[in-house]
Amino acid sequence: MARTDGVRGKTPNLSGTTTEGGQLFRHVAGGEALYAETFVAQNALPDDPTPVPLLTTPLDSWHRRHGARMVPFAGYAMPVLYDLTGDLGARCRGGVMAEHLHTRKAAGLFDVSHMGQAFLSGTGVADALEHLVPGDIAGLKPWRQRYTLLTNEAGGIIDDLMVAKLADDRLFVVVNASRKEVDFTHFAASLPDGIHIGVLEGRGLLALQGPQAAAVIARLAPEAVKLPFMGFGAVDIGGIGCFVSRSGYTGEDGFEISVPGSDTEALADLLVAQPEVVPIGLGARDSLRLEAGLCLYGNDLDELTSPVEAGLTWVIGKRRKLSWDFPGGLLMRDQLDNGTTRHRVGILPDGRTPARAQTTIVADDGTEAGIVTSGGFGPSVNQPIAMGYVRKDLAHDGARLNLIVRGKTLPATVVPLPFVPHRYHR
Amino acid sequence: MASKSADKRFTKDHEWVLLDGDIATVGITDYAQEQLGDLVHIELPELERAVTEGEACAVAESVKAASDVYSPLAGKIVEINETIVEDPSIVNSDAEGEGWFFRLELDDPETFEALLDQDGYDELLETL
Repeated sequence: MARTDGVRGKTPNLSGTTTEGGQLFRHVAGGEALYAETFVAQNALPDDPTPVPLLTTPLDSWHRRHGARMVPFAGYAMPVLYDLTGDLGARCRGGVMAEHLHTRKAAGLFDVSHMGQAFLSGTGVADALEHLVPGDIAGLKPWRQRYTLLTNEAGGIIDDLMVAKLADDRLFVVVNASRKEVDFTHFAASLPDGIHIGVLEGRGLLALQGPQAAAVIARLAPEAVKLPFMGFGAVDIGGIGCFVSRSGYTGEDGFEISVPGSDTEALADLLVAQPEVVPIGLGARDSLRLEAGLCLYGNDLDELTSPVEAGLTWVIGKRRKLSWDFPGGLLMRDQLDNGTTRHRVGILPDGRTPARAQTTIVADDGTEAGIVTSGGFGPSVNQPIAMGYVRKDLAHDGARLNLIVRGKTLPATVVPLPFVPHRYHR
Repeated sequence: MASKSADKRFTKDHEWVLLDGDIATVGITDYAQEQLGDLVHIELPELERAVTEGEACAVAESVKAASDVYSPLAGKIVEINETIVEDPSIVNSDAEGEGWFFRLELDDPETFEALLDQDGYDELLETL
């Protein structure tokens, strides 16, 4: 067992379900509870009326002051959208549509402090983490970051995460809010004794995304703009010591900034004081990532879905394909050799009716073809868009599908992802 | 907000109803459009469809979610507002006017009296 610090008492109850925007986000309960507090929460009677109090990010009152509509998400009170007034209102009136379009045109500030941040330290930490992920972590250069997956022995996905290397014996990881407890429990159980897991509870994480994000960062932290896509650095912004990566979840150029909890408000204030920037809620975060064809854990990825089915085989490092020595590796090799029964595809409905997650997909001959895992309206493409899993014979561009929405059959076409071209800084 | 009218009634599901003879014009309230956010798609019932009180017969979709719109009273659909299908944003900009959804020939115009009046609806909003 590796040593773990910092998570005590603040981990949300992940075993429930929350409904957000009419979509059911499933949180798969898993792993043994590490601590007494969470043990109690997980074992509460199903009809226990005592509500689990929502956790808050360091920007909770900041959001409320800026006109946010707060909703529960992964155990946290989070802004789904803003009703912006004053200077910010002059830049963008707020609301999912306007916030989305503002991010694609200028720059948006996202509070993603609900996500899990941790240092993994110790001699051989990269090799140790490679036992849990298919990515090449040993070959990752210092001050570079990589997207990877925690996989299980059945070839399913426990979570998707970012791993940055600060030094050969020090990694920084960012995991999904809804999977924090599962992931950190998994790390503690699976990483060797010499690896220390330092969970950064209460730390802020802000994302600045959009074509003008670089101009904003150039003004505030000129050295950070030198970061290439997926570069990582320790940078002062307005006198605040931050970790900055050039990455994001919108398909746009942008930065993710890890900041001490007590400095998060000051950094948010500094960023929205820049004329390009307004705060953006979870609603637009979801429509932006869907247009960019990026997966949402719990919707598009889960423990029963393999990276091969999800079209994420590019995360398997070239060196890792020599030995396939990661959880589910041999199964994935078999899937690559022999194909899978289903594959993640982009779906464009013919008409104006959005097809939401869990919409059934049928083939023209009426046979079952698959299921939509993320779906809604794409403000930048100005039409409904979706992603889902369809059976192998229909998983090619141009294939015709039928979506069953409220009992009606809506024709749709399989299309390449993303819906909006990525504009990363290469 | 539209002007307060004595003939305008409301449901607890946030529909408004205006009565003219036995024809009721129905839409969603300004409060409802604000809660739903930017609408991107509207589905309206077919003409001549008979609906019961509380029956889901239209759908308002925002970027994030689909919401049912219920018939406030029993009757028959006699007119639908195709303009809001072409441009759903009209419901956001003028929910209680140009953004009406459909017109209903009431089975029993007396039933209109049982709906919430403006004061009753305002009281409901106070509790939300």
